[in-house]
Amino acid sequence: MTAVFAVVGHAEAWWIQIVKSLILFIVGFSLVPVALMMDRKLLGRFQGRYGPNRVGPLGALQPMADIAKLISKEQFRPRTSTGFLFALAPAISVLTASATFAILPFGDVVDIFGAKVGLYGVDVSIGILFAFAFSAISFYGLMLGGWASGSRYSFLGAMRSAAQLISYEVSMGLSLLGVIMTAGTLSLTGIVNAQNGMWYFIPQLVGFVIFMTAAFAETNRPPFDLPEADAELVGGYNTEYGGGRFASYYAAEYFNMVIASGLAVTLFFGGWLLPFGIHPPHWVDPFVVLGKTILVMAFFVWIRATLPRLRYDQLMSLGWKILLPLATLNALVTAIIVVVTHS
Amino acid sequence: MIVVQRAPEPGGAGGFYRAFGETLRGLKTTFGRLVEGPQTYQYPEEKVPVYPRFRGRHRLHRFEDSQLEKCVGCSLCAAACPADCIRVVSAENTPEHRVSAGERYAAVYEINLSRCIFCGYCEVACPFDAITMGHDYEMSDYNRSDLIFTKEMLLAEPLERTPLRTESE
Repeated sequence: MTAVFAVVGHAEAWWIQIVKSLILFIVGFSLVPVALMMDRKLLGRFQGRYGPNRVGPLGALQPMADIAKLISKEQFRPRTSTGFLFALAPAISVLTASATFAILPFGDVVDIFGAKVGLYGVDVSIGILFAFAFSAISFYGLMLGGWASGSRYSFLGAMRSAAQLISYEVSMGLSLLGVIMTAGTLSLTGIVNAQNGMWYFIPQLVGFVIFMTAAFAETNRPPFDLPEADAELVGGYNTEYGGGRFASYYAAEYFNMVIASGLAVTLFFGGWLLPFGIHPPHWVDPFVVLGKTILVMAFFVWIRATLPRLRYDQLMSLGWKILLPLATLNALVTAIIVVVTHS
Repeated sequence: MIVVQRAPEPGGAGGFYRAFGETLRGLKTTFGRLVEGPQTYQYPEEKVPVYPRFRGRHRLHRFEDSQLEKCVGCSLCAAACPADCIRVVSAENTPEHRVSAGERYAAVYEINLSRCIFCGYCEVACPFDAITMGHDYEMSDYNRSDLIFTKEMLLAEPLERTPLRTESE
């Protein structure tokens, strides 16, 4: 009988893995306030204003103040809500987001004090599928949250996010087929190593555009923020949430943005690789990845500042009528090219 | 029957341009704002200069040479006030106790700023230019009773001067 588990590229001793996951957890969750702050500050700049600049130096402590405020709030729930699921849903969102963070590679296997350590959570051979699996589960977070609230606004928002996630998940998966075929591996470290020489956003430009569009939809970022369209739905699936639970939804949202940026960096911008044949020592690699991730996140904010929200039917027809055929075509053309050049 | 006139549907190339070209144009626009820098005032530190005719908090005036109050307690301002926020109680000037230049003076002069609508009618009604609208607009306070300004407060120089707009602004 074959193992039902995924094959893991490089596994360290158990205690290294625990330390590693702790570090990743801390890094991941400290990226959330960074993303939040960047979103607000940069959005302000794009709109000709400063953004938050009162709390701490240059407003840097604003996320801390927000978190402190939200945590200290009362935990309440509507009478019509389903208690257990209502509390569970935000936890699912956070959990899936942080689980996806585990596969983002920050560097190859390096020597740290004689021990061989991979600079990532885990290098599973199913790579991207792992990310997709968790983003599919994360949609339960939104869906259950919306349903368990027992409110129509929440439920409408949840239904919207369900439809949106499903339609964009398909295009996202197909858009990455080109990358996977060109690299010949599903493992994210393998994909990064295959980009030595040329980053994939040049040969896979169409795939990149589709991936980014789908990523905006997946992370519920504007212009695809229909699940929480403030003007029509009050707040979408998180309408009835407050305090710490709302904070976890909010954190999960920004965490997803970090992960989407990280995936874009890994799959299309060569992860820790630098252009023009620059090969810095290995300890620089994580910082290269972080820097690139932050740049992609800035792009997310830039788009948010620019594009208005789509109407719902526009969103659906963009997903199914344009992105899906385009992604399929891209996969097909890439497949032909790969077969022709490799035979 | 109403015929709805629609713009022609963009074809392949037109639709492509609308999807990507216009998006890029929008991105350029927002990036331009980023390069330009913020256009906002940082309010408590940086105040917007007011125009000379700005109607802010009232001020009572004295004659500059004799330091006598201009107000003669005629209550015309109170009569003109549509919000009924001015209270004047007048008293006779005596040779030993001369407060204003006229026969009488305002023994009590109170303006309830929580009721004032800053219309400036009091200023117009005053025959001696004793009350004018100043440039202060920062009048928030913690108690309603603190918003009743007495004669001494109205006569005094404002604590924080609001910047006045210069000719070039």
